[in-house]
Amino acid sequence: MVRDSKTALVALNRFGFGARGGASGDFVNAASDPRGFVKAELNRPNGVLLEVPGLQSTPALAKAVFEYQFEQQQAREAAAKSGAEAKPTEAPPAGDAKPQRRNLSLSNIAQDISPKEPAMQPPATRGNAAMAPSEGSPNPAMQPNAAKPPQQPLNVIQKTFRAEALARLQRASLAECGFVERLVVFWSNHFCISASKGGLARMWAGSFEREAIRPYVLGRFGDMLKAVEQHPAMLFFLDNQQSLGPDSRAGQNRKRGLNENLAREIMELHTLGVGGGYTQDDVTSLARIITGWSFAGRQAQLGPPGSFVFNANAHQPGPQTVMGKVYQDNGVAQGEAVLADIARHPSTAKFIVTKFARHFVADDPPPALVARLQETFSKTDGDLKALAITLVDSNEAWDAPLTKVRSPYEFLVASGRLLARIPEDPTRYLGGLNVLGQPLWSPAGPNGFPDTNAAWAAPEGMKLRLDISAQIASRLAEGIDPRDLLELAAADAASEETRHTVERAESRQQALALLLMSPEFQRR
Amino acid sequence: MDCCEGQTSLATSRRALLLGGASFAAWAYLPKFARAADGRDPRLIVVILRGALDGLATVAPTGDPDYAPLHGSIALTSDGPHAALMLDSFFALHPAMPEFARMYREKHAAVIHAVATSYRDRSHFDGQDVLESGFAGPGRVQSGWLNRALQALPKGERVMSALAVGPTTPLVLRGAAPTVGWTPAALPQAGDDTAMRLVELYQHLDPALASALTQGLLLDKAAQGDDMKPKPGTNGAAAMRLVARGAAKLMAADDGPRIAALAFDGWDTHANEGGPVGRLAQLLSGLDGALAEFEGGLGARWRDTVVVVATEFGRTVRINGTEGTDHGTGTIALLAGGAVKGGRVISDWPSLKPASLYQGRDLLPTTDLRAVIKGVLRDQFGLAERVLAETVFPDSAAAKPMQGLVA
Repeated sequence: MVRDSKTALVALNRFGFGARGGASGDFVNAASDPRGFVKAELNRPNGVLLEVPGLQSTPALAKAVFEYQFEQQQAREAAAKSGAEAKPTEAPPAGDAKPQRRNLSLSNIAQDISPKEPAMQPPATRGNAAMAPSEGSPNPAMQPNAAKPPQQPLNVIQKTFRAEALARLQRASLAECGFVERLVVFWSNHFCISASKGGLARMWAGSFEREAIRPYVLGRFGDMLKAVEQHPAMLFFLDNQQSLGPDSRAGQNRKRGLNENLAREIMELHTLGVGGGYTQDDVTSLARIITGWSFAGRQAQLGPPGSFVFNANAHQPGPQTVMGKVYQDNGVAQGEAVLADIARHPSTAKFIVTKFARHFVADDPPPALVARLQETFSKTDGDLKALAITLVDSNEAWDAPLTKVRSPYEFLVASGRLLARIPEDPTRYLGGLNVLGQPLWSPAGPNGFPDTNAAWAAPEGMKLRLDISAQIASRLAEGIDPRDLLELAAADAASEETRHTVERAESRQQALALLLMSPEFQRR
Repeated sequence: MDCCEGQTSLATSRRALLLGGASFAAWAYLPKFARAADGRDPRLIVVILRGALDGLATVAPTGDPDYAPLHGSIALTSDGPHAALMLDSFFALHPAMPEFARMYREKHAAVIHAVATSYRDRSHFDGQDVLESGFAGPGRVQSGWLNRALQALPKGERVMSALAVGPTTPLVLRGAAPTVGWTPAALPQAGDDTAMRLVELYQHLDPALASALTQGLLLDKAAQGDDMKPKPGTNGAAAMRLVARGAAKLMAADDGPRIAALAFDGWDTHANEGGPVGRLAQLLSGLDGALAEFEGGLGARWRDTVVVVATEFGRTVRINGTEGTDHGTGTIALLAGGAVKGGRVISDWPSLKPASLYQGRDLLPTTDLRAVIKGVLRDQFGLAERVLAETVFPDSAAAKPMQGLVA
């Protein structure tokens, strides 16, 4: 039974998002057939797609954001104009300052008694840092001494981002094992964009994942690659819509030229990897080849706003050589042919499967496992479902000790699941991810978030994780028995030490915080 | 394109994101008291100390010859540089509590010693269940005794309309009677005690995480400067004062809540408990400060206020091998407030002779905590003895309400 429990822990934590609390029976199910438990999700038709009412396509979102930005601009212009004519009337007229009866308001009182010590001065954003599903919409009155002015209504970009985040969090919270969602997160981070690039990227972060990642997570790598590199979000993120073929009509007219950003990251980060056998000349060639890969703007000259377009006017004419092979200029197909070839390149197979094994198994994955994954990847022409099955069928993935520390996202989702919370508001998760250094869909660079213990088990990170755990516990520990929760999370796989630590904690809150921080919960 | 959300927090000191203290919750209605006629407008505050307070270290029976040898290096003494404050010829108060001592002298504070709930095992969770639920045994966590007491009161106008319930309501106040909550600033950082427990767990199981967390904690201390300064925003003394200050302000308003509960963590002093100075002293100083904040913040209302301070059980009479105390049984309850008939240590002292100890290790409880609370509820709010014995504290008829606690 102890062995089964350990295997169940691998199934739940290494491959999934951890056991759900309540009456899910996850641990028992995982223990009775660990491999079957993990693989079951792979066979659900459309189980990987995220089709939620209210989530819109990239072009529809583009239309909304263009309209919003247009309105903003109009308002600014109008304000500038009237400001020039009339005297500034920023401050309300003195007569308007009615003497207000001081109602009993918690937020007022909280402001009065807000700490005066400099170390406790509230910053511009605060509160909401603890993750975990809040029971309702955030109530400004419950965020005392917020330094913000009265709550501004969310704009369309913020609303969209939150709705996309919520849909993803709910899916992860509800999944049985969560293996497919873990795969989505892996591939989404591999082909990351960053929402911090600007309004469009923030608007499209969710739709990018739904449209370019999810449909191919159990499909072919080459198809995902093409979908990603032609997605407006990626083209915007890596500036390809600005890249002009030097000899193209647009390049000639505007005296502007190539931007190698996307081409370089395709080779370095998305496929071949550093040292994968390409040269600077290959990067430049690929950059020329994908000139014209763009998306329609607000004017909709080439297509519906926010849809992928091939702009022949910007495309560098003529054949190009990439890694020793000549590609004739046949428009958009020229670049598609290059992508198809490098998707099959042995360097790509090696780079991708190593990263894949590193994510799921160990920072230094067992070479035999990497070799087997590479064989699958090459033999099946990049069939990602076959890759996932090879991983789950391997012995290495089950025998390797649970050495990896959960990423902040995995940790917060696993905590919510164990506490049987289905998020109805993403605020606390988003805040927690910010604090822990993994802001949703917003890595610092195109290489995505790191995937090693050095990144996530760092001193400051562990201290913060403890603080977040304490916050979660202080909100959610009432009425639960941490001993039962440890049973649901790890059963017999829980060490004596952890069991004692939880049992001897001085309060439910402390017990839950310690449980969430225990190696059994943190390692996967 | 400058419409990003939530990005500013990345640049913000994460310390600032993690401020806070314990939580506070109150009844959502003003009670309509039958005795409004006499002009009294009574208030009740219940303070739960989670983790089991060492009653013998807080109110020390210095007159008991067995106390000093058993409590060993952490025992209080009535002389020396950190002398305990004599409450009478037998009991002495911890020197970290000068405010409580003053209230005691002014006869607005009282101690009940050798007290316990009906719980006789040593699990914190179960002990807290019993303390807060008011049921005779553990496992009843749907409602607390204070909430059931509220249900028996005639309810008046709603206070603080449209306010959502706070993040957590202590069990003692949970139940059918609606409550409102408030948390100062955000939520707390993990307390030092929690961090130490986790470091110890990691040292046994996971040296890499132990090393990372230890370094992280050291960095954190360094960032805050002086290690000895109580940290604002944790469950340190400053946070306890802060919570009390906010609660008092809310309760002082004309349409503010009359009945409230809050909880302070950190009392599980297994190691390095400290005597007149040290870890427990810091906590007691925070509690003392919180009582002073209540007094100051409630102003004229303090006259009609009773604060009840209670904990789930006590700690061993004999200190353990790590200069601390383990889970015990008998402990103390404190009453403070202008309405308290104070200046007394109320105790049927069982003595600390080996033969008198409960199971040979704990202070024998001679007073049922329910009798104390029932006495307060009856005198303060006019609750009938039957309601107290059947609904508020079910099956507690044997624990008669204590007489004369409220002036």
